[in-house]
Amino acid sequence: MTATALKKEIDMADVQNSKAWQKACTKDDLVAFSGIAAWLETADGPAQVAIFYLPGLRGQGDELYALDHHDPFSNANVIARGIVGDLKGAPVVASPIYKQHFRLEDGQCLEDENVKLRTWKIEFKGDEVWVEG
Amino acid sequence: MSTQQKLIIIGNGMVGHHLVEQLVDNGGLERYQVTVFGEERHRAYDRVHLSEYFSGRDANSLALCEADYYAVSGVELRTGEAVIEIDRDQQEVVTDQGRYPYDRIVLATGSFPFVPPIPGNDRDGCLVYRTLDDLDAIQAAAENATTGVVVGGGLLGLEAANALRGLNLDTAVVEFASRLMPMQVDNEGGELLREKIEALGVQVLLERATQRIEDGEASRHRMVFQDDKVLETDLIVFSAGIRPRDQLARDCGLEIGVRGGVVVDNQCLTSDPAILAIGEVALWNQSIFGLVAPGYQMAKTALSTLTDGDTQFGGADMSTKLKLLGVDVGSIGDAHGNQNPGARMFRYLDPIKQEYRKLVVSSDGKKLLGAMLVGNNGVYDTLLQYYSNGIELPDEPASLILPQSSGAAPTLGPGSLPETATICSCHNVSKGDICASIDAGAIDLGGVKGDTKASTGCGGCTALLKSVVDHELEARGVEVDKSICEHFAHTRQELYDIVRVEGIKTFSELIAKHGNQDTHCLGCDICKPAVASILASCFNEPITDAAHIPLQDTNDTFMANMQKNGTYSVVPRVAGGEITPDKLIVLGEVAKKYNLYSKVTGGQRIDLFGARLEDLPDIWGELIAAGFETGHAYGKSLRTVKSCVGSTWCRYGVQDSVGMAIWLENRYKGLRSPHKIKFGVSGCTRECAEAQSKDIGIIATENGWNLYVCGNGGMRPRHAELFATDLDDEQLYRTIDRFLMFYVRTADRLQRTSVWRENLDGGLEYLKEVILEDSLGINAELERQMQTVVDTYQCEWADAISDPEKLKRFRSFVNDDRPDPSIIMTSERGQLRPA
Repeated sequence: MTATALKKEIDMADVQNSKAWQKACTKDDLVAFSGIAAWLETADGPAQVAIFYLPGLRGQGDELYALDHHDPFSNANVIARGIVGDLKGAPVVASPIYKQHFRLEDGQCLEDENVKLRTWKIEFKGDEVWVEG
Repeated sequence: MSTQQKLIIIGNGMVGHHLVEQLVDNGGLERYQVTVFGEERHRAYDRVHLSEYFSGRDANSLALCEADYYAVSGVELRTGEAVIEIDRDQQEVVTDQGRYPYDRIVLATGSFPFVPPIPGNDRDGCLVYRTLDDLDAIQAAAENATTGVVVGGGLLGLEAANALRGLNLDTAVVEFASRLMPMQVDNEGGELLREKIEALGVQVLLERATQRIEDGEASRHRMVFQDDKVLETDLIVFSAGIRPRDQLARDCGLEIGVRGGVVVDNQCLTSDPAILAIGEVALWNQSIFGLVAPGYQMAKTALSTLTDGDTQFGGADMSTKLKLLGVDVGSIGDAHGNQNPGARMFRYLDPIKQEYRKLVVSSDGKKLLGAMLVGNNGVYDTLLQYYSNGIELPDEPASLILPQSSGAAPTLGPGSLPETATICSCHNVSKGDICASIDAGAIDLGGVKGDTKASTGCGGCTALLKSVVDHELEARGVEVDKSICEHFAHTRQELYDIVRVEGIKTFSELIAKHGNQDTHCLGCDICKPAVASILASCFNEPITDAAHIPLQDTNDTFMANMQKNGTYSVVPRVAGGEITPDKLIVLGEVAKKYNLYSKVTGGQRIDLFGARLEDLPDIWGELIAAGFETGHAYGKSLRTVKSCVGSTWCRYGVQDSVGMAIWLENRYKGLRSPHKIKFGVSGCTRECAEAQSKDIGIIATENGWNLYVCGNGGMRPRHAELFATDLDDEQLYRTIDRFLMFYVRTADRLQRTSVWRENLDGGLEYLKEVILEDSLGINAELERQMQTVVDTYQCEWADAISDPEKLKRFRSFVNDDRPDPSIIMTSERGQLRPA
């Protein structure tokens, strides 16, 4: 492993340490099989987060996804308003502006391997939706 | 590089243009700097379909290439510049504008209509039928005319007669011979043709030699025939054959045939090897070829000659298939049976159905030498294959022309054609070429057409080409995949039928029952909006209902049009473009209050841009309170019905176009369809509403309304085609009901009516049969379906703002009231725009 890679890992660990779980919204705010946006103050500063809710898709664990609301191709905050679907087995959202697809799991853009949206850990706590960031 | 030689092409007709295409596509421009002279104002256009000029097509839509084709290709096109001399000593071409040096010349000057030397043939209103300018002259002369006569009952004469009929003239055809189309048909066929054409209201006068034309009494002219019989008419079109335009060649001393035409050899070279001639001006082996396919073959030969190839022109098959005045006429090979001693003939005549077919076969009964068809060209393609490929005839050749019900031989399937079989004669594409294209990777009809150009000339081989392509694809085990996306192994049309037949009302039910099982069954941004549209067309439930909202594109979800910075534009319905001052003021006030950029749209309404997501409900609250309703500018649905002011104000208007536009817009508003739909209604023939560029165009007449369909503006403009004439109000909307529902039912996703129409097997005629003659027996159902959509209309915005659950979506952030701070506007010309 190179020195640079090591340095990066340490930085990531620092960020992880400063992250905290916070409430984003309630289950009632979600739209099934679609997205909504939330404003979060994270360890990295304010963030617009797109939250997608796929009830009962593959068991409880995979119901919620949180990724960047910002669309890097149009530079507009619109990802939560895209259509949710699946391509080649992976759940994705299509940007509503120029239609690129982003994997919900990890934010990877399917059309451009150099583009990846940020993602956050997200889960239900009772009827509340919590995000780690 | 200056080693390029100068090539001048004289003539920009179909054949001259084809040569340019050949040069462009085959590297000819590396060797030659090409200049094309066209005497006419227009760039090359489709003369074969000239009569469509009167049924809605214009010079642009008849043009054989895009306006910038020549410039983009690097070929200089000089239209409106006639060549007056070829100076062979100086090697220069002389026009009225200058002298142009040449290394090689190709003469493609075509032919001119022969006007018989009858006293009075130069009177005003005595015209010919050859060019667009001729057609303009005919149209102008027809303005004050009620009757028209065509002199000449051949192929072009009947075309001209069709054009005169299209101008609403009482039309007669005067023919010197004892039958119509004497070159193509025999007496029996000619008699049948006469009956059919007379049944269309065109008078046919045979064995008439016009002696002179003089002043008429009731009409402008009087034609006097050999037996002193007379015929009065306002307008005369001469169509008595063509003559090669060989004057330039005569003047510069090239060898000319006894009866005209520039003599060429197998390489299309004239008596001066620097000069070639192709098309109808060229005389090869004592013959002039007056069809486009041989002309194209000559163009290919010329290309070869110019680039040192060895392609030779070896004559051409003059077989032809036509639809004249709606009557099928086909002629193959030695149709009269007078060129092959010992030939035997079979004839079939059905006087009830008015069909005539004749086979000319070799004395041993094994080969087809020729055929003649009148009234039904159904077996033409099969017969042509027997003829041109020398395929051995069945034991009972007569079975080929007997009606299907009496045990006729099945048509020759694409599988039985040899590799050498010519499928497209315009572009000389064989079955082998098609197979090669498929083997090289073409996977559908479009790919093969693109590779080979097959079926892009006269279009006569379209059906045959498709059957060959399908057959070859199947033979290679290619299952033509028309799946809409990876979630459904169905086309949009199949999904539509499934939804209707099974009464499926949600996407989840559809994908559970009919989706591909190996996916996660979420759908995607292809199938979800398509199914949403189908469900809305069938059941018309609000698109923002919980079951449907995840299916919608963002524009439908938020019922507004997303712009590049994530804000939306708002377009309330302004039916027919009619709006009261009070409503205009409301639009202004709302725009001011919410800081909206305002612009008038092409569809006669007002677009308010820059609305923030969270403001949309308030904006619509105010608009609805003022009497507005949603304009569906965000949907694949009816957009606008544009109108001119019509008879209520305009001194030329003949019907109330605004009233009709408003009524139609209110009838079809909210109809979800494969793509957006636009209408136009014009109050008179001046067409100020530009209805012929719309999906549905309506133009008022003295007697009602003319209906045009499948037009388009945008990226690839297409003129709408005349579909039905002089409809009353009820006939009009019932026809539109059926047409729209048939489109909704059968089109692919995101397929505008124009593309749908171009891909429709059978074309406009088929569409007319289905919609006007109910050939599929579905019209009652189509009307019922449309009535359901009309009856269940509700304004989606009115529905949404009364439902707190639906309004929840209109928040920038579910946990924070702030607007999106990254939307930044700047000011320009007194309004806001995205920074």
